[in-house]
Amino acid sequence: MTVLLDTFQQRSSHALHDARLQASLRGLSTGFVVRRADAVAAFADFEELRRQGQAIKDHALEHLDRYLLEFEANVQRTGGEVHWARDAAEARNIIRDLCRKANARTVTKGKSMVSEEIALNEALLADGLEVIETDAGEYIVQLAGEAPSHIVMPTVHKTTEQISDLFFEHHKRYGFHKRETDAAKLIAQVRTVMRDKYFAADVGITGANFLIAETGSIVLVTNEGNGDLTSTLARTHIVTVGIEKVVPTLDDASTLLRLLARSALGMDITSYTSFITGPKRPGDIDGPEAFHVVLIDNGRTKMLSGAYRSMLRCIRCGACMNHCPVYMSVGGHSYGWVYPGPMGAVLTPMIDGHETAKDLPHACTLNGKCQQVCPVKIPLPDLLRRLRHEQWEAHFISKTARFGISAWALLAKRPRLYHAMTSLIMPVLARCGRGKGAFKWLPLASGWTASRDLPSPEGRTFQAQWKRRQR
Amino acid sequence: MRDLKSSGRPFAGWSKAGSGTDTLQKPRVALFVTCLVDLFRPNVGFSAVALLEEAGCSVDVPPAQVCCGQPAYNGGDAKSAADIARQVIETFDGYDFVVGPSGSCMATIRIDYPKMFDGDSDWQKRANELAERSYELMSFLTDIAGATFAAPPFPAKVTYHDSCSGLRSLGIKEQPRTLLASAEGLSIVEMQDAETCCGFGGTFCVKYPEISAKMATDKAENIAQTGADVVLGGDLGCLMNIAGRMRRLGRTTRVFHAAEVLAGRAGGPAIGEGEDVK
Repeated sequence: MTVLLDTFQQRSSHALHDARLQASLRGLSTGFVVRRADAVAAFADFEELRRQGQAIKDHALEHLDRYLLEFEANVQRTGGEVHWARDAAEARNIIRDLCRKANARTVTKGKSMVSEEIALNEALLADGLEVIETDAGEYIVQLAGEAPSHIVMPTVHKTTEQISDLFFEHHKRYGFHKRETDAAKLIAQVRTVMRDKYFAADVGITGANFLIAETGSIVLVTNEGNGDLTSTLARTHIVTVGIEKVVPTLDDASTLLRLLARSALGMDITSYTSFITGPKRPGDIDGPEAFHVVLIDNGRTKMLSGAYRSMLRCIRCGACMNHCPVYMSVGGHSYGWVYPGPMGAVLTPMIDGHETAKDLPHACTLNGKCQQVCPVKIPLPDLLRRLRHEQWEAHFISKTARFGISAWALLAKRPRLYHAMTSLIMPVLARCGRGKGAFKWLPLASGWTASRDLPSPEGRTFQAQWKRRQR
Repeated sequence: MRDLKSSGRPFAGWSKAGSGTDTLQKPRVALFVTCLVDLFRPNVGFSAVALLEEAGCSVDVPPAQVCCGQPAYNGGDAKSAADIARQVIETFDGYDFVVGPSGSCMATIRIDYPKMFDGDSDWQKRANELAERSYELMSFLTDIAGATFAAPPFPAKVTYHDSCSGLRSLGIKEQPRTLLASAEGLSIVEMQDAETCCGFGGTFCVKYPEISAKMATDKAENIAQTGADVVLGGDLGCLMNIAGRMRRLGRTTRVFHAAEVLAGRAGGPAIGEGEDVK
């Protein structure tokens, strides 16, 4: 997927003026924030659970090589295959090969953010395959030719009316000629369309929320059950998953599942939580004949070895964006790539490089709310600040910002000069502004005065007055 | 006149090194004025001095201070931030406490300074040492000075904006409310999303003015819904942002730093309020 991040400013500006998007975001900010808070309050000791979750992930990351190899051995033992992909291109090629070998024509897909990350759909479509997203939200953005705007709720930017239009346009070929506006009826349409696809599919591709080293299982959570139909009805099941998803034991996965459902949707547990181990065994009634897990690195080992390791704790719950006032103002598409919000602002430059994501680490007020709600306590503000420091070193910061900060720092390091200057300037500024109390416009302050008045200074600076007082 | 009632054991958790049993000696407090207060709202600085003196401190204002370095630290310039931090560490050496009327600046000193000197154990030690005796004004008054105030009467319906750094980095939530509750006639009405960022975010507000304005508008709406006469907070950056946006929107809710109200110095124009339109 192409990264379009130089346009964050334009995209966010557009988003702020999109009344429908703003209405959708308002619903999200009230709904999920409240539900999460209720679920957390109802849990005996959520802080302790967060601490355990962090410890599990930290331990797994510390011994990632060991647990991945253990996972691989157990997948092989149970009849599956594991493939290792260094980057997005390798991952795509492995999956294309697997589809070719399976003589695939139709591919069903469960929701998988890492498949978005490696731009899998585009590659499979280019090979002439029919690819159908089976998660209702992903299906809708696929019909619309869009990317998901939220990692848990892909269609959070869409209104029911827009979805109604999309289905009316695309579902005629399935025999639906009536425009439906009722949400339940729209969902029923998706179910009907999907039913045939599940049975027609040669290959089913899903993501995985966790990999369990001790059993070789993958854990898959959905609220629609589409993941199970995708993984069991096709002849071949391919799992696309980032290498950071492995945990040592079933118990570890259970702890993280408790955190995930509450943090993501304010639920005690997701509607479907499936543990899938290997392909169909002799005597099994259903299940795929072949089971493949594609372990994707794509920048993750680089993160593992450096100062950004804590980002690999992420379990993709979306709580950081649900609580981010910037995300809630501009929506996910403004961020320009697969991962939006605070976690995306860290991941995008880590995976795709600083050049393509210059704006993202700055599009944050460092208010700290994301860190406060993160189920695995990722210090997102610190990571974003560190990215800014790296950008500064690499000269990726805009000239204006660089000049402004350097000039300020220069003065801050020279208190005498600074106080001499400000003791002259501020009284003049005060004389101009004191009458009205604020400036509507001021040279060099247009960034501020574009959208708000600048309160006038009182008069002489504190230091000037204090000096006089001490005499 | 203000009435300061001692809780019985002011500075209960504090004992001056080497002072033995000499409890009569006042703690020496250096005021970290903060750049915005110095430039735009000296009244907040004088309010802080008054409050600290009434809490039994001897207050000094070192002249060699400008800024805590947060704009550089958050803007990417880690080296300048560390340079400024070293200067602040030297300037505020030797005081019993360093207190500032801002959760944001004091969080930089308390939380960020020690992180700036990885691999430089001498400066890290000094940064830690400064961090340990640096406090935001209102949490200092309640948690450290342990004095209970009867703030001067302030007959108004007030709502309080929790600034992010103070709230999440320093745990400041109840302290200002406790102090304000002592003012006769003052009633606090909590706004919706009091803990949500106002859109200031330091340089964020000038880098992304549209997003910032949207967030400030949300804040202004939540303030308006309380029907409060006055908005208070503990950080001038946020307060200037809120006041500036409310003025642009034509709102008349008055904006003060909480220290101004506590010190009985909220008689003049509010933040962004003109002398002409009084």
